[in-house]
Amino acid sequence: MKEILADLDAWRAEGRRVALARVVNVEGSGPRDPGAAMAVSDNGDVVGSVSGGCVEGAVVVEALDILESGERRMVSFGYSDDEAFAVGLTCGGTVHLFIEPLDW
Amino acid sequence: MFRRHPRAPGLVAVPELYERLREAIGDERPVALATVIEGHNAGAKLVVEPDGDITGTLGHPELDRIVSRDAVGELAAGRTGVRHYGAEGQARETDVSVFIESFSPPPIMLVFGAVDFTAALARAGKLLGFNVIVADARSVFATVKRFPMADRVMVAWPDEVFDAYGDRLGPHDAVCILTHDPKFDVPAVQRAVATDVGYIGVMGSRRTHATRLERLHEVGVDQKGIDRLMAPIGLDIGSRTPEETAVSVCAEIIANRAGHAAPSLRDSEGPIHRPPADG
Repeated sequence: MKEILADLDAWRAEGRRVALARVVNVEGSGPRDPGAAMAVSDNGDVVGSVSGGCVEGAVVVEALDILESGERRMVSFGYSDDEAFAVGLTCGGTVHLFIEPLDW
Repeated sequence: MFRRHPRAPGLVAVPELYERLREAIGDERPVALATVIEGHNAGAKLVVEPDGDITGTLGHPELDRIVSRDAVGELAAGRTGVRHYGAEGQARETDVSVFIESFSPPPIMLVFGAVDFTAALARAGKLLGFNVIVADARSVFATVKRFPMADRVMVAWPDEVFDAYGDRLGPHDAVCILTHDPKFDVPAVQRAVATDVGYIGVMGSRRTHATRLERLHEVGVDQKGIDRLMAPIGLDIGSRTPEETAVSVCAEIIANRAGHAAPSLRDSEGPIHRPPADG
């Protein structure tokens, strides 16, 4: 999260609403470790990353939804071939994210 | 303005949480952030400092007490991950999942010797997130103008540098001695092996290192200390330019820290610079 703090500061100063997505757990092979973070502002700007680019698109959709509803939740992405997931990691792992409004 | 969404009833949002976290990270102080990610009060947070000082609450004082104790331990170990508790902090229960994220200050890279390899190594060190300090006793060479990428340039002898940083060096930090001048690198090695630093690399040819070893023995550096030295410095990847050498040194630092086998020059024989293989 360190690397996106400057962006978060700027967004907060501008009064933008922000959703923060953090990797909390990785099963199997995953590109980023727990603590990797990305943030999405209410007008769709994105900073940071939570994978090697595999799931970021889907995270933006989830994040905007969470900004709308205000409900924080866990979201998991697994292997692309698994029917349970529309998007996933090509490396075969599963990444668990906690996505929440940055209202703290 | 920020629109606040209500959290679970009874839990008051603590607006200074982000600021507390931000301040500690900005000041390069270690700090941990604990967040309930599953169970009652999801999203509740605790900012934990190494002395156990806390800001915020996870919803129950006993849970706060247990989690902050664990967070101090995780922070000391530099670990980030999920732990499970009962609603009142009970062990071996899983009502509540808490994500504990450790924020450690950037690791330190001390580079001795303001030589031509130093600028490239300092740049590579910055790329890896090190707080890079360049030191040389010669004021003509140790200048900010030559090393604008370094976080600090010190005109100093090794003793002074280790007096300032020695106590702070740990497993994630690195000391790179590039001087290949015994009057500088012998004292630098002496002081480096007296710290807990994770990586000590020393530049110089195999012959230079053989002579250096004799001097180190003379000044009382024991075999345990000698065994910690990565000398000649870097991985055996055929690097020649300062930039390529910087990559080989940084790769060796990563491999060392991860405990992965990689072909270090220390463990190979023959000339460091060999003609490329045919084909």
